[in-house]
Amino acid sequence: MIETLQNLYLGFSVALTPVMLFYAFVGCLIGTLVGVLPGVGPLAGISLLLPATFGLDATRAIIMLSGIYYGAMYGGSTTSILMRIPGEAASVMTCIDGYAMARKGRAGAALAIAAVGSYIAGSISIIGLMLLAPPLAEFALRFGPPEYFALLTLGLLVLAYMSSGSMVKSLAMAVLGLLLGMVGIDQMTGYFRYAYGVVELGDGIGVVPVAVGLFGLAEILATAGQAKAPEVLKPKLRELLPSRAEWRASAAPIGRGTLLGFMIGIVPGSAHVISSFVSYAVERKLSKRPEEFGKGAVAGVAGPESANNAATSGAFVPMLALGVPSGPIPAVMLAAMMVHGISPGPLLIAQKPELFWGFIASMYVGNIMLLILNLPLVGLFVNVLRIPYPILYPSIVVFCIIGVYAVNSSVVDLWIMVVMGLLGWMLRKLSFETAPIVLGVVLAPMIELAMRQSLAMSDGSYMIFVTKPISATLLAVGFVLVLLSLKPLITRRRDWRSKLALVETGENPGP
Amino acid sequence: MLTTDRVAGAVLVALGLFMTWESLWSARRLPLGSVRTPGPAYMPTLLAALLIVFGVVVLMLGARSGRISAVGWTEWRHTAGILVACAACAVLLERLGFRLTIALLLFTLLGVLERKHVVFALGFALALAFGTFYLFDTLLRVPLPRGPFNL
Repeated sequence: MIETLQNLYLGFSVALTPVMLFYAFVGCLIGTLVGVLPGVGPLAGISLLLPATFGLDATRAIIMLSGIYYGAMYGGSTTSILMRIPGEAASVMTCIDGYAMARKGRAGAALAIAAVGSYIAGSISIIGLMLLAPPLAEFALRFGPPEYFALLTLGLLVLAYMSSGSMVKSLAMAVLGLLLGMVGIDQMTGYFRYAYGVVELGDGIGVVPVAVGLFGLAEILATAGQAKAPEVLKPKLRELLPSRAEWRASAAPIGRGTLLGFMIGIVPGSAHVISSFVSYAVERKLSKRPEEFGKGAVAGVAGPESANNAATSGAFVPMLALGVPSGPIPAVMLAAMMVHGISPGPLLIAQKPELFWGFIASMYVGNIMLLILNLPLVGLFVNVLRIPYPILYPSIVVFCIIGVYAVNSSVVDLWIMVVMGLLGWMLRKLSFETAPIVLGVVLAPMIELAMRQSLAMSDGSYMIFVTKPISATLLAVGFVLVLLSLKPLITRRRDWRSKLALVETGENPGP
Repeated sequence: MLTTDRVAGAVLVALGLFMTWESLWSARRLPLGSVRTPGPAYMPTLLAALLIVFGVVVLMLGARSGRISAVGWTEWRHTAGILVACAACAVLLERLGFRLTIALLLFTLLGVLERKHVVFALGFALALAFGTFYLFDTLLRVPLPRGPFNL
């Protein structure tokens, strides 16, 4: 415990220097701006802004990136509350009651509750991350290839199970992502796979062009042609403070949302989305006046917003401790850290404590920065939404191009982005999830290496995955998820995942 | 009836078959290895097989999904325009340099696709192209390509 405190002191002594605070501030500012922009969520946002950190040393870059991450997450809730446009899937639940509150003239209060809830949830779950990641990393030192294979497979299964559409379609997308990840030089034999003479593909298909294409460009392709200016509710600054009753109504949901979000966040998968959904459901169940939900219930903003923020910190636990990204956003963060020469994994905490604890401290600083920054500046951010889309989207395209090109200074990456943009646009039309593709691309080299090493270890027997206790447990959980996803086929009852799909398309899920 | 899932499932199956052929039988085929020492084609073949399986399931359950003709493709002109502009960017970026290419891209998108006034489109395009170059290349030291006349 004392060691933890000492380490944390070390981290804060790095994160609290004026230079670091400046980078945290800039990160939060740009992140929020990006999060507010329609169609650019945290995933595309971090990918786009990754090059902006290239000139910095590792610690500054990581501090700025966590600022961007938190900022983008928070920017998404701003648009949900003021325009009923979720910046990304995790803010879907905030749309319902947040926008209803805004219509009642409580936009400022809704924004403040979302910010304070996110702050509290973020801060508490960082403590959880701090306490949980080191022991988990120690445990993970016992992981061999079979365990890693099982863990990675479970991650993909959970993501597919959590996604709003059909699990088969999401699994197909995960496999597609894994196949894309096969392109490039085979790590074990040096064979050049599926590169068709393009030398730049030797390193494989990067996660940044895939993420920007599927999430940034595809969104623009889908919305540019049907751009009609959405109505923006402008909050009045003096309404920014919630009333005493509203504070009281939000306290318990923030607490429950934090706990729930963090626990769901640790499990691999699209955690922040599902955590906000579960939190909303829990709050409505526990509320004395469930009929208020959908008409501007404070708990309906406080709970989900806290939960999705806690889940994002929770999602960093497997990433930092195991080096395994549990969703598309941690995957991009992982790629970002690798660009700066940091490879998260069981050894990171032991070998480079200043980086790990600096990261923890910078997340904390980012959280505070966001709270200070967002509330006074919300009026400014809202003005971004007033820029007509026909002028805004060409500018976003420019940032997509810079972001993708700058990672490797490679035009091939731009082509990948264009192809992924087209693919993402078409998949959206056919109602396929695209997040599993991103995760598949990142996990492909790890999962392949783990599988081939396992088979070599067991002399060609697949039984190695079920005879080792840890990997057997992980795979059993995955198998249960597959069985669960078959249930609605048999009982013909809508479970919560199809309800989530209905919410995302703007229909009322019903009780 | 052509539903979205049936079309998508068929495409997935086709892609899986193509990848299998590409890995095992084409001129570019790779060594499959054995189950004891899996070769470079081992995992891709396995994944291609999985893709075929999932594709078949999507196809078979596809009757309940929406008709392919009911999917709105109304924005396709914009989509095609933006995609072509981005592709042109990929071709020109290292030949004309960042500033000229981006100015050209913005001018095309604003002036041609969105039919904004020529003066506005030109001014906006130049300002953003030179502004982002200054921000990223000069201030943040992210190297961006330069073209003729060092532009």
